[in-house]
Amino acid sequence: MAMVQPRSTKYRVLASHLGLLAFIAIVLFPLLMVISISFRSGNFASGSLLPENPSLEHWYLALGLPYTGEDGVTTQPPFPVLLWLWNSIKVAVVSSVLILALSTTSAYAFARMRFAGKGAVLKSMLIFQMFPPVLSLVALYALFDQIGNHVSWLGLNTHGAVIVASLGGMALHIWTIKGYFDSIDRSLEEAAIVDGATTWQAFRYILLPLSVPILVVVFILAFIMTIMEYPMASVLLVDTDKLTLAVGAQQYLYEQNYLWGDFAAAAVLSGLPITLIFLYCQKWIVGGLTAGGVKG
Amino acid sequence: MITETLSTPRFESRHFMFRQLLKWGALAALVGMALYLILALYAQREFVFAMLFLVLTAAAVVVFIHKRLYAHRYIFPAIAGMGLFVIFPLLYTIGIGFTNYSASNLLSFEQVQDNLLGRTYQSEAVRYGYQLYRTDAGYVVYLEGEHQNLTSAPLELEQGETSAPVLPVSGQPQGEPLGIRDIIQLRDQLSRLTLITEDGRELSQASLRSFAAIHPQFSQHDNGSLTDNQTGTTYFPDHETGFYRSADGDTLAPGWTVNIGWDNYLKVVSDPTIRGPFFQIFVWTLAFAVATVVFTLALGLVLANLLQWEQIRGKGFYRTMLILPYAVPAFISILVFKGLFNQNFGEINLVLEGLFGLRPDWFSDPALARTMILIVNTWLGYPYMMLLCMGLLQAIPRDLYEASAMDGAGPISNLFNITLPLIIKPLMPLLIASFAFNFNNFVLIALLTGGAPDIIGASTPAGTTDLLVSYTYRIAFQDSGQNFGLAAAIATAIFLVVGALSLVNLKLSKIKV
Repeated sequence: MAMVQPRSTKYRVLASHLGLLAFIAIVLFPLLMVISISFRSGNFASGSLLPENPSLEHWYLALGLPYTGEDGVTTQPPFPVLLWLWNSIKVAVVSSVLILALSTTSAYAFARMRFAGKGAVLKSMLIFQMFPPVLSLVALYALFDQIGNHVSWLGLNTHGAVIVASLGGMALHIWTIKGYFDSIDRSLEEAAIVDGATTWQAFRYILLPLSVPILVVVFILAFIMTIMEYPMASVLLVDTDKLTLAVGAQQYLYEQNYLWGDFAAAAVLSGLPITLIFLYCQKWIVGGLTAGGVKG
Repeated sequence: MITETLSTPRFESRHFMFRQLLKWGALAALVGMALYLILALYAQREFVFAMLFLVLTAAAVVVFIHKRLYAHRYIFPAIAGMGLFVIFPLLYTIGIGFTNYSASNLLSFEQVQDNLLGRTYQSEAVRYGYQLYRTDAGYVVYLEGEHQNLTSAPLELEQGETSAPVLPVSGQPQGEPLGIRDIIQLRDQLSRLTLITEDGRELSQASLRSFAAIHPQFSQHDNGSLTDNQTGTTYFPDHETGFYRSADGDTLAPGWTVNIGWDNYLKVVSDPTIRGPFFQIFVWTLAFAVATVVFTLALGLVLANLLQWEQIRGKGFYRTMLILPYAVPAFISILVFKGLFNQNFGEINLVLEGLFGLRPDWFSDPALARTMILIVNTWLGYPYMMLLCMGLLQAIPRDLYEASAMDGAGPISNLFNITLPLIIKPLMPLLIASFAFNFNNFVLIALLTGGAPDIIGASTPAGTTDLLVSYTYRIAFQDSGQNFGLAAAIATAIFLVVGALSLVNLKLSKIKV
């Protein structure tokens, strides 16, 4: 507590509170609006923040159920939202597990072993990571087109391709995990090796259990990154049944076919779990962003 | 672990042998699969891809056999992944930048030749109207010509029979011919049907109601030129432009991919319909990235300072609320804004109209569209800056503010004289990273405006809100005239900018390995 307090402090605190609340109101406006829109009837209707004619039609459609309105007209769900959500989760879980496994083992080698070209490899990985994959989409497209001729589950329009392509973005995670490994005393493993453990055993039974917190962070980061990935999935995936949520959600808002209400329900339905996971994990994520990787 | 240390030597050696067997077996299987892929790619003349997989496989074998490269076994999968999906596409893209690879020049020369030689045309001279009869043994095609009528043997059309001889007859087959509706139902089978006359002419369906003789469109000469049998024009392969050209300068589509050197780069610099939009987009990209960093930092820093203040209560609530935009998936919130800003029924215009009687045209006025993009991106980006600033502010010693308060300084002079100078140094690399991220913020543009409104007079798809990345994406993937070569050239230019940025970043953050 500061010892020197200007007389005007009370008003400043009040002003800050009011300012913060006003700002939060502005920030939350779009989110509250979309929830409200999802309960309104009709796709073009406009109204107040509290819906005047609340209706669950968009929620039925978002959950993949046909909806029969008061006028007796049955509407079929326009898009398979739950399937898209499932696709997204499937792709994100599989690629996060792969990313975690591969980047942990690489980070171990970078943190604990001496070998030629270590520094150069680490640095160049970081530089190459900054290139946006959007720019090499033509090449990635051609690559998967070719591989797909021989390995069908890795071709265009497969989830395998999206999963494998996401493995290219590992450098950041390797840096994060390496940063954490560096902070663990290596004498623990050395003691195990003196007692006859192999390098692999020292890694598996000593270092890994100590690193669970950072592994959780990297898993969450990788999961969120892949679930939100748009450009690569939009080029590699074609069929409506194969789309991930990030690509599919866009289909609601085509100029000629503007399903604003249906989109709102689908957005709340699919965005909410991710938002909750994120809020729940925010402490670790913030820690992960600053702990490993790029330190000032 | 325990079983391994307590196990008997005999068990251990068997265990060891088994593991060795497993290891070498798995390696052999993987190498076998890789070699199959390489051979298949080589057979398809995809030399670049065959080479890529050969290098990767060879490296894998070396790393896993060589005892001294033990450490490299751990990093190999990651490095291979980077090589396959980051570095190779990068080099491949740079390579494409020197070719005319595009929707009109997609194939290789051999494929173009095969395509053209496989083309046929129907001569109008020999044309038959036809009727289809259904008999017990199958369908019978009855052709009515000017000089003679022909009929086929019964055909199993639905079983996929595709060729049959036809013989001259004098009278119509028995029964009623099928109506147009049935013929339309059989159109797939009919379009695959070839009827062969006694003198060897091949007849195929020319229209819904007629069959005609087909001839190859082109015949090839020894010097590689092609003559159009219909018009008599001769086309010569031009390996400079990747097209067959006639003496009059007419070209045949499709073309093939050829190396055209620096043409794509020169086009960006010299063609005014490309240069103008390119530089306009470049300037906007820079302005967008700088403005985003400045706005998000300013907002994030102010909020972090407020949340840092001891007098403020309920920090946990404020923090959670303020972090929300970061927690909602970006692809959802961007689309939410796309709807909210909609000119006719977007909620933002409803509010503005109610309050001030305004109805801004957010998506078709360039200045408004850019303003909207900045508003949305600031909304999306300030929580990240706020979180970073909150972390950094914690490191500033409290007594500095005590001292400044003694000297009678207010919060604003505190901010500019103490806080900013102290946090700007550790913040710098993160700001550059944020700049680089927004320089390439493809998702925002693709989902919010798609680059619209378009720049007038541009020969490539270019919009006033396009960033360089989305511009490149549109040149490469938008339906009209996919020009991969030009897109790759622009991508290469962006690579250089981003590469320079990341080098600066690496220097500034003074990372030690």
